[in-house]
Amino acid sequence: MAVKYRKERIDRGIKARCDDIFALTSHREMLYLLLPRALPVALLLIFPLLQGVVGLYWERVVTFSCVIGLLALSWDLMAAVGLISLGQAFFFGVGAYIAGALNYYFGLPPIVTIPTATLAGALICTLLLLPTLRLRGIYFALFTLVLPLFFMRIIEATKILGGTVGLSSLSPLPNVWVELYVPIIALLVFLFAYRRLLFATDYGTILMGIRDNDRAVMAGGINIYWYKAQIVFIASLPATFAGAFLTHYYQFVGMPAFALDYSILPLACAVVGGIGTLAGPVLGAFILVPIFEALRAFGTLRVAMYSLALAIFVVTLPEGVFHYLRRKYHQFERLVPIGVEEGG
Amino acid sequence: MSEPLLKVASLSKRFGGVVAVDNVSFELEKGGALGIIGPNGSGKTTLVNLITGYVKPDSGKVFFKGRDITGLMPYQVANLGIARTFQLVRPLYSLPAFKNLIIPLCSPRVKKLRGGRYGDRDAVALDLLEDVGFERDSPVPYKLASSLPHGYLKRLELARCLALRPELIIIDELFSGMSMSEIASTISIIEKIREEGVTLIMIEHRLRELFKVVDRVIVLNFGRKIAEGTPQEIVENEEVKKAYLGAEVI
Repeated sequence: MAVKYRKERIDRGIKARCDDIFALTSHREMLYLLLPRALPVALLLIFPLLQGVVGLYWERVVTFSCVIGLLALSWDLMAAVGLISLGQAFFFGVGAYIAGALNYYFGLPPIVTIPTATLAGALICTLLLLPTLRLRGIYFALFTLVLPLFFMRIIEATKILGGTVGLSSLSPLPNVWVELYVPIIALLVFLFAYRRLLFATDYGTILMGIRDNDRAVMAGGINIYWYKAQIVFIASLPATFAGAFLTHYYQFVGMPAFALDYSILPLACAVVGGIGTLAGPVLGAFILVPIFEALRAFGTLRVAMYSLALAIFVVTLPEGVFHYLRRKYHQFERLVPIGVEEGG
Repeated sequence: MSEPLLKVASLSKRFGGVVAVDNVSFELEKGGALGIIGPNGSGKTTLVNLITGYVKPDSGKVFFKGRDITGLMPYQVANLGIARTFQLVRPLYSLPAFKNLIIPLCSPRVKKLRGGRYGDRDAVALDLLEDVGFERDSPVPYKLASSLPHGYLKRLELARCLALRPELIIIDELFSGMSMSEIASTISIIEKIREEGVTLIMIEHRLRELFKVVDRVIVLNFGRKIAEGTPQEIVENEEVKKAYLGAEVI
């Protein structure tokens, strides 16, 4: 005799009308909303304090996760206005090379080169992409895919900026605290600033409108090309920053800065984590990068295993980990008996 | 002599071998209401696209308040005060209905108006939706546009136009797909818009309803203007009957 159950899902009942307006009546409910936001932030901020305990391996993994997280964040913000990029490596490489060149040729310290490379790099990227902002979907994607390859070959052919050898023995970051805290804090600042911009301002509403239907937004008297240009600039910032940071972290910049990895990995993070949430792609980075590192033991099979892991994620959770967790978090789920089956 | 609000001077557009709009001219006085009718494929929507900048004309000019607006981008035309609806609704599906109106409310045109730069845009958006018949104290204005029924989406298009505080509204087949009761309530909304001094161009297949609202009609056939006059004159025009209405008199 077996009792049959069905799953019953109940909303927690703190959402009011819209998806992002909550009606909170107790400290418990406030904590309920605060915890999923505060916990990862606290963990990330505490992590560098444990540097002696966790070991160099995990420090590197977290730092690289932050770098890829910054790239994924950049990808997701551009996707929020319908600009699907396949070339985050371009932004990354431009930032990396500017920082490297400033340090190598002019001897400027990282505290100058990193902010300069972030801002100037974003500006250069925006200007280069300006003529393509009228392209949509696959056409824009293709253009961004080609850009880093183009720059890579130019550097290879003309031997400028160190050519195939690259620029080495650059200034290191001052100490291990900077190495750990700078990417973590940058990631958190960009994440929360972007989430506010996109989900809590009228500006963000316009951006999401452009993604939905750009012609309807034009009918509303909005110059969509100007907004797209602004977003390319704003979204370039974390990517050029990541490039500039990693240049000083490795004390080297070379053609690998334009490698396809930096284009594909952020995209994979966004897909695994959940597109359009900004937090999702960052979560994706903290899932995929550690997996990628842990698979080093497999040697040459590493990429095959990695692809398998990626495929499993995409097939089982096509909406993205973040969307899935958020949905589950806001619902109770319980089993309700629906009758007794005889002899079963 | 006062200048017409909108002047369309021998506008033409070809798509490959098809002449979509062929040498069409008309004028529209401020406060007037013009109907554009014609069989399917006669170039009505292309004419609207030419006026509002979505399609560039091959020849001809468009003047708005005496200013040449031919070849301006759609958002520039909108900022001058020409709002339009789309025949096939184009709501922003991933946004709640009222958030759809944030976009025109953030346009340079509205920001330049008194109090347009500051204040609670959400509240203004909810007011506008109430004006076009979204029940204020119901969840309807807060629902995602993707979950709204067609009649609401049509009226959302109208609200998006009104949010621009336009001088001229071009309504492209608003009544198609609406129920009779929705049409009746929408007509009263349009009449209210006219009373506020907004000029109107309406493209419509439902002539009985159209003729209640407009005071002048032009008829297109194969891209050419074949008649112009008051609704009464159009009904009696032999060529129009032949091209569009058939022998039967409505």
